[in-house]
Amino acid sequence: MIELALISGFAAASVRVATPLLLAAIGETITEKSGVLNLGIEGAMLAGALAAAVGAISLGPLGGVAFAVAAGMATSAIFAAVAVGARADQIITGTAVTLGMTGLTGLGARLAFGDAGAGLTIPTLPVLPIPGLAAIPVIGPAFFSQSVMSYVAFAAIAWATWLLFRTRWGLEVRAAGESAAAARAMGVPVTRRRVVATVIGGAFAGLAGATLVLSQVGTFTEKMTAGRGFIAIAIVVLGRWHPIGAGLAALLFGAATALQYTFQASGSAVPYQLFQALPYLLALAVLAVAVGREKGPAGLAK
Amino acid sequence: MRLAPPSSNSRWRDVGVTAGAFGLGLLFLALFLLVAGFDVPLALGALWRGAFGSWYALTSATLVRATPLILLGLAFTLGSRGGALNIGMEGQFALGAMAAAWMGTHTGALPGVVALPMVLGAGMAAGALWMAVPVLLRLRFGVTEVISTLLLNFVAEAAVSYAVTGPLQEPSGIYPQSASLTMAARLPKLLPMSRLHLGLLIAFAVAVVMAVVLKRSRWGFELRAVGAGPRVAEVSGRIRAGRLLAVALLISGALAGLGGAVEVSGVSYALYLNLSPGFGFTAIAVALLGRLRPGGVVVAGLLFGALEAGAGGMQRDAAIPAVAVQVVQAVVILTMVVAANSGQRTANGND
Repeated sequence: MIELALISGFAAASVRVATPLLLAAIGETITEKSGVLNLGIEGAMLAGALAAAVGAISLGPLGGVAFAVAAGMATSAIFAAVAVGARADQIITGTAVTLGMTGLTGLGARLAFGDAGAGLTIPTLPVLPIPGLAAIPVIGPAFFSQSVMSYVAFAAIAWATWLLFRTRWGLEVRAAGESAAAARAMGVPVTRRRVVATVIGGAFAGLAGATLVLSQVGTFTEKMTAGRGFIAIAIVVLGRWHPIGAGLAALLFGAATALQYTFQASGSAVPYQLFQALPYLLALAVLAVAVGREKGPAGLAK
Repeated sequence: MRLAPPSSNSRWRDVGVTAGAFGLGLLFLALFLLVAGFDVPLALGALWRGAFGSWYALTSATLVRATPLILLGLAFTLGSRGGALNIGMEGQFALGAMAAAWMGTHTGALPGVVALPMVLGAGMAAGALWMAVPVLLRLRFGVTEVISTLLLNFVAEAAVSYAVTGPLQEPSGIYPQSASLTMAARLPKLLPMSRLHLGLLIAFAVAVVMAVVLKRSRWGFELRAVGAGPRVAEVSGRIRAGRLLAVALLISGALAGLGGAVEVSGVSYALYLNLSPGFGFTAIAVALLGRLRPGGVVVAGLLFGALEAGAGGMQRDAAIPAVAVQVVQAVVILTMVVAANSGQRTANGND
């Protein structure tokens, strides 16, 4: 029975940790399908995290979620204006947006919470067990006893799959991502599709930031996203630019991160920094294996 | 895709774009501080005093801060001229600092003329070695160096955290930092009553060498050809683009590692957690503002050194978090890449 409790705990932690990664990766999948690589989602996630903290304090947790989505969209709109609108280098633009948001959120946090920081005064999203299903061993705690953000992420997999592969808009986005010139010749408004796909990606990054603050950490700290946006980009590659693939890849990263907690709890002699580095090392290994096999949208970052 | 504006016929226009980008950055900072309700004149006054307000501020803050920024800016420049983006300078800096700290606490009774090259060499080797992973991933598996260098920054952070609480921790085992470097392993001071150290001259020397290599050597010519478009280079001559880029990236990593070694050997004298307040990212702004030219990088490095020194003053005197100046960096980068693209468009027509 002890083993079962351990496994249940590990599975639940994996899904909990995977949720922000999954949300960000679904958004970035939509963005990359349109031919845009947005390294600024790290910054959008950070902006979402701060906005979630501020919004939750004044309007409650759902207000926080709304603020976060708006902040993520605004951040990505800045990126889209420069990288898609003015057609500047996407990598450098994304790096700059992340850099700028690190500064702005540092400043904003000081302004909103003073020197003492936000503390644990933020109203958070509760865990919502789904009656019946939550009682299933292992699977119940993992998938049916999470915060509402996890359920949103599961639903988003289906929604994004439908959007990209079953709608005319999705077809045009994919065409823009494969070859802007060919898409334009077919009458697809490439720039407009790319901007909207990028801003949708920002909305998801904002949701990811809100998840970090409102259902995981419970507070805002400077640079709290710690590269999760960049890991989400690796997840998109591993997930082969498909929302369902992103879901599976995010679970893998969630599990790699959750290992840390399990090993720390068991008092293992392995230095904890190894587990801290594990998700990033895993991302590198995954890129080496996955990139050669599967190419992304042909027009990505061009 | 161009990263920095091509030089136009008019020197004055070039200087105008660069000054405009920096000015725009400062303007945005002032605007945000105003909106945030800070006392803007007080803040900007503190910024100025922190950078230039005294002999000590100029030599011990501005020039000391500029040193790693110039070295890392040059590191980014070398990769970018060949079309490869090294976003992992933060990690290479950390590994260089770690290797330098290890070497600098193990040189024993060796005199400075022997110990210093060993310390700086260890930093360069570590930086290059850390870069070898992305190079291998790019050549063998086709993984873009952008993502791999970025991810390795976080691994480097964990490695430093392990080192300062484990194998490299100071003997008493209380503080998360390494032991202090031996006196011989420390870079000599340049001026009395100041923290300014030999590292600044090392950075200048690297800039001169890089300028000559890029402009006058065959290797530099080939690298620029690859940067202009690998296919053009492969077709037009017998340039092996992959190998050329690999060498450029390894040197780029070595220079970032040298930056870390110089910081440990010239400023901190020990390895700490978070030794770099984001030098690796600021240096991207430095390199772009310097138009990816060694001379320009030196000037831009001095400007950003002043800005960061001023940020320290702003934090002390006006209680504004120093990270606020990252807004300036972001605006500078965005302005330069937009200017680069519009310059290209006027030069080549629209697409």
